[in-house]
Amino acid sequence: MSLVKAENVTKIYRMGEIEVEAIKSVSFDIEPASFISFIGPSGSGKTTLLNLIGCLDKPTSGTLKVAGVNTSELTRQESAAFRGQNLGFIFQDFNLIPVLTVYENVEYPLLIVQNIPAEERRSRVISLLKTVGMIDQRHKYPDQISGGQKQRTAVARALVTNPRLVLADEPTANLDSKTAFMVVDTMRQMKEEFGVTFVFSTHDPKIVGEVETVYTLQDGKLVNQVLGKRDDNAETF
Amino acid sequence: MLKLFKIAVRNLSRYKRRTLLTSSLIALGVMFVLVFIAASESFKYLMISQITDSMLGHLQVHRQGYVASIDSLPLTLNLSAKAEKKLEKALEEIPEVEAFSPRIKFGGMFSNFIDTTNIRVNGVYPELEMATAPLFLSRIKQGEKSIQEGKILIPELLAKGMKAEVGDTVVVIATNQDGSVNGRQFVVGGIIESVTGPGGRDGYMHIHDAKELLRMEEMEISELAIRLKDFDKLNIVYDRLKKLLAGESNPQGKPIFEIHTWEKLSPFSNVARMINVMTFFIRLMLIAIVLVSVMNVMIMAVFERIREIGTISAIGTKPGKILSLFLIEGLSLGFLGVVVGNVLAVAVVFILNLVKVSFNFGRQIGLTLSPRLNAVDILLISLVVIVVSVIAALQPAYKASRMEPVEALRHV
Repeated sequence: MSLVKAENVTKIYRMGEIEVEAIKSVSFDIEPASFISFIGPSGSGKTTLLNLIGCLDKPTSGTLKVAGVNTSELTRQESAAFRGQNLGFIFQDFNLIPVLTVYENVEYPLLIVQNIPAEERRSRVISLLKTVGMIDQRHKYPDQISGGQKQRTAVARALVTNPRLVLADEPTANLDSKTAFMVVDTMRQMKEEFGVTFVFSTHDPKIVGEVETVYTLQDGKLVNQVLGKRDDNAETF
Repeated sequence: MLKLFKIAVRNLSRYKRRTLLTSSLIALGVMFVLVFIAASESFKYLMISQITDSMLGHLQVHRQGYVASIDSLPLTLNLSAKAEKKLEKALEEIPEVEAFSPRIKFGGMFSNFIDTTNIRVNGVYPELEMATAPLFLSRIKQGEKSIQEGKILIPELLAKGMKAEVGDTVVVIATNQDGSVNGRQFVVGGIIESVTGPGGRDGYMHIHDAKELLRMEEMEISELAIRLKDFDKLNIVYDRLKKLLAGESNPQGKPIFEIHTWEKLSPFSNVARMINVMTFFIRLMLIAIVLVSVMNVMIMAVFERIREIGTISAIGTKPGKILSLFLIEGLSLGFLGVVVGNVLAVAVVFILNLVKVSFNFGRQIGLTLSPRLNAVDILLISLVVIVVSVIAALQPAYKASRMEPVEALRHV
């Protein structure tokens, strides 16, 4: 069963009297435990599509099912609960909470969103911080660590709830190439270790080269699907 | 909830200067209001005690209709000996009553054999009067500090105008209940000052002399003044006494007694009411200060953290928790101001008591203000400030909780 199933998904934004069709009748399937990237020029609809998959926004038409749930039917509360239970997010600007330490940032979803007991919370946070190599920095605040460390913290925060799907919007855009590679590598390890599905939006060839499937978006349309590194077959929509 | 508190406090500490300024404003407001209440209440109670302890008593009982025509001091509306006994019996059943003093009040003519003027005379039992109005003796400026039979205490201005001195013989003439006139010689036993200022025409004599002057066959009284052990129980005693006397009616079925608290008998109650109104408006100002300052801070906080709100919303924080987070920030801001404000108020009141601020009011000179903080006021003000802080944070918090995560994340 697909983890994400999109059928003729369209998203139209209204800006005053002008309608902008950001996503145009897009259909695709994402299988569990995959490593996928949406690429395309600026304004092609990558972030919009990720927002739709991440239940941050709703399609104007079409059906989008994530983990078997039709995202259009979720209320505001249900959306929040669904995101908290099933999804992880990694942002281009890291979006760590500045008043919380590295440890507390990773702990936040368990503490505030999932209400996990203290002992289990502690072991999960410590374990993930070790995995992403941030255990020594756990008492530092976001403004005391580098960009790469921030993104690794964000990866840990996204994974700490054991989500089925992690959505990463341009996760390496603000990182130098060495750090970007380390972060992507960390995410790949997480995928291998925990069977989590990662979906990226990116321009970054380092990521494109690492993923299993690349979807190309242009003017809101899915124009190309390329199976990654280990499969050179390409399919054009 | 504790976890949200921790995050809220950290968020407040993120903008130290702003938090400090706002909580200082709230603290100063709380301090000002508490000190004002303490000082004004002290002034109010000082004046009330001056009036009640010098003359009025805390409560007075008259025959029904007496107070409405009190200016003419009608002897026809006196209470009979039988009615007085019933009244005293009722008072004995109320443990909160400390003392009571029966009085005969009448209008008369005062003559020094050269000039004549009018006077209001109070016939009292000296011991009972002293117990009911303990400051009475302090009003006697010249002469013996007592009321002896055959002697009269005359008011200061009357003594001055009539050139009467202690030891002089004077004549008091009064009209009896049946309309006949009677006069009697008295010796000026002392000169008494008025409670609130010049112009008082109240003289005092022993109640037996008053009875004799008015040619009463048996003792009748115009009023009975009551002093309570605890002034704060005034309304409780008033209600109790009213209930106890409710059954007492004349053969026509009309009630015999009417009861009044000091407020109904003294114009100072209007000043006391004005003080209460001022206190109310000062409290309103405090509410406005808290409302505006907390709301301002919280609106800024929400505006500056839109992306952060988007982030926590995206990772699954429910709208209710986002709302709670900002409400707790408002509450913490108010709480901080309240704690500091209370500490400052205690310190200022302590200093005021050390310095001993004194003032004059009418003829009363050198009255010392002794402000006291009331636990109920502290709790009430604290509660109001905290509740208003939460209310002030409500709109920004609601706005934060209703933000669409996708738009919040796009915010630059």
